[in-house]
Amino acid sequence: MIVFQKPKALADCELHYCPGCTHGIIHRLVAECIDELGVEGRTVGVAPVGCSVFAYNYFNCDMVEAAHGRAPAVATGLKRAYPDNIVFTYQGDGDLAAIGTAETVHSAARGENITVIFVNNAIYGMTGGQMAPTTMPGQVTQTSPYGRDTSAVGWPVRVCEMLSQVDGAAYLERVAVNSVQHVRAAKKAIKKAFTYQTEGKGFSLVEVLSICPTNWGMTPQKALEWVDTNMIPYYPLGVYKDKYAQEAAK
Amino acid sequence: MAEKVLMKGNEALAEAAIAAGCRHYFGYPITPQTEVAAYFAKRMPKIGGTFLQAESEIAAINMVLGVAAAGLRAMTSSSSPGISLKGEGISYIAGSDLPCLIVNVERGGPGLGGIQPSQSDYFQATRGGGHGDYHCLVLAPGSVQEMADFAFHGFELADRYRMPVMLLADGTLGQMMEPVSLDYGEPVTVEKPWATNGTRMQRKHNICNSLFLQPEELERENIRRYQRYEEIKKNEARAVSYEMDDAEICIVAFGIASRVALNAMHAARAQGKKVGLIRPTTVWPFPSQALAEAAQRCKAFVCVELSMGQMIEDVELSIRCKRPVVLCNRVGGVIPSPQEVLAAIEKAEKLGGETL
Repeated sequence: MIVFQKPKALADCELHYCPGCTHGIIHRLVAECIDELGVEGRTVGVAPVGCSVFAYNYFNCDMVEAAHGRAPAVATGLKRAYPDNIVFTYQGDGDLAAIGTAETVHSAARGENITVIFVNNAIYGMTGGQMAPTTMPGQVTQTSPYGRDTSAVGWPVRVCEMLSQVDGAAYLERVAVNSVQHVRAAKKAIKKAFTYQTEGKGFSLVEVLSICPTNWGMTPQKALEWVDTNMIPYYPLGVYKDKYAQEAAK
Repeated sequence: MAEKVLMKGNEALAEAAIAAGCRHYFGYPITPQTEVAAYFAKRMPKIGGTFLQAESEIAAINMVLGVAAAGLRAMTSSSSPGISLKGEGISYIAGSDLPCLIVNVERGGPGLGGIQPSQSDYFQATRGGGHGDYHCLVLAPGSVQEMADFAFHGFELADRYRMPVMLLADGTLGQMMEPVSLDYGEPVTVEKPWATNGTRMQRKHNICNSLFLQPEELERENIRRYQRYEEIKKNEARAVSYEMDDAEICIVAFGIASRVALNAMHAARAQGKKVGLIRPTTVWPFPSQALAEAAQRCKAFVCVELSMGQMIEDVELSIRCKRPVVLCNRVGGVIPSPQEVLAAIEKAEKLGGETL
């Protein structure tokens, strides 16, 4: 009896990610949810610009590659064309929280019935480790070589907290993938986000705290610990909005 | 003969797009094209279509990209500064070989410029406008009827060649009213096996993409696209000629400038001058052949345009600089008078006399 295998929605190919990178885990979780909901044939994914740009090769559903930050707008078009299709975007922090802030906020405000997987690893990975809108205060990157100086460049953006003020957002949760326990919670959140979409409940976003050992200059093990010690205190895990749970509780 | 209705150019093109099967419009308010959005806002909900006012021009063009990738007809419209913002998305649409219609109801520039008619986005429209090697197929209507007709056929051209088609109009054509017939019949559609609309577990996944990291692969993609452009140059370059049989002076003008030029041509004819007009209705591809043929008979050209002189470069290239070309232009939202065109014709006669 097979008890564990590659999800069917994940292509049978080698991923290009660095050793220790958690994109692979997050890809897998998304693919598992697509499998379990049985929606691969009517799912269309939108890949970002960033480390996960090649996500279009890794999922077996139809995929569109968007310009930097524009994935939610492209997803809006895909969804409006075929409202019964399941449309998700997979975006990094530079893509979603810097150049694509407007598209993120307004697709949420419209209550666009799409699912956004937001991978926050506090750095621009693909271009070699520059400061992101989510880079931690004091964090050293190529473009903050003396550490992020909040007096000069401001503070990290908390996307879930920001979007929780947007009426159109249906479901917002921040999760992490730095431990088995966190991975299991992340899976649950992603499944819920996709399920909400199948039920036509509107905009859902799952922020996944991820790691970048290469650009953080850490071993994978150290990086996983750094999420606990440095990221989670600033980016607390949990549900930031669940419109339907809130309504049900009333 | 179909019944004619009195419509604004901006509204006529919107109704023609609906006739072409377009059910997805995304836009952002900007003068002088806002009637396009307003018209769709009224019409789309009644016919099960989507009208969506986007948060930006950038978002609007990317929504168009999404619908086009899904295999349905989609369009956006804007005016000059808004088209600059769409430049990124248009480049991605061209790079992903997606069909769509983009309408530019031009106003004066650069920068915020003005809100009066202009043709100063000619270079931007005909040379791509965004980054990379690509073209839009650019249609240049000269009447409200053509605003509608070119929008309708623009979707067919976009689908046939898998590329963005731009309707290059100006503030006057957008705002003015003329009687139009909108009796089009069934639009011609094509199969889109490449569409990213869900595999239904019946086929391998489709990928809509403009990224090719291997230099040889990206080069191949560019060459392949330009081979298609060569076909388009052969098949789709269009112009309308007026009184060219015996013309010694050839005026070249498109859009609203051609309406003024036509008046000037008639006035010149009344004075006994042998003047004709070539009106390009595609500006990419540019109807170079028609101009090259005219250069064999005409002694000089007059280029009338609402820019500091952009189309004149295509005119000179088309005739290989064999004849003098006089520029007759006004900018900033000013339209030249027929008298100004007549003065340019007189200048061309003198210059032409000197060269022959």
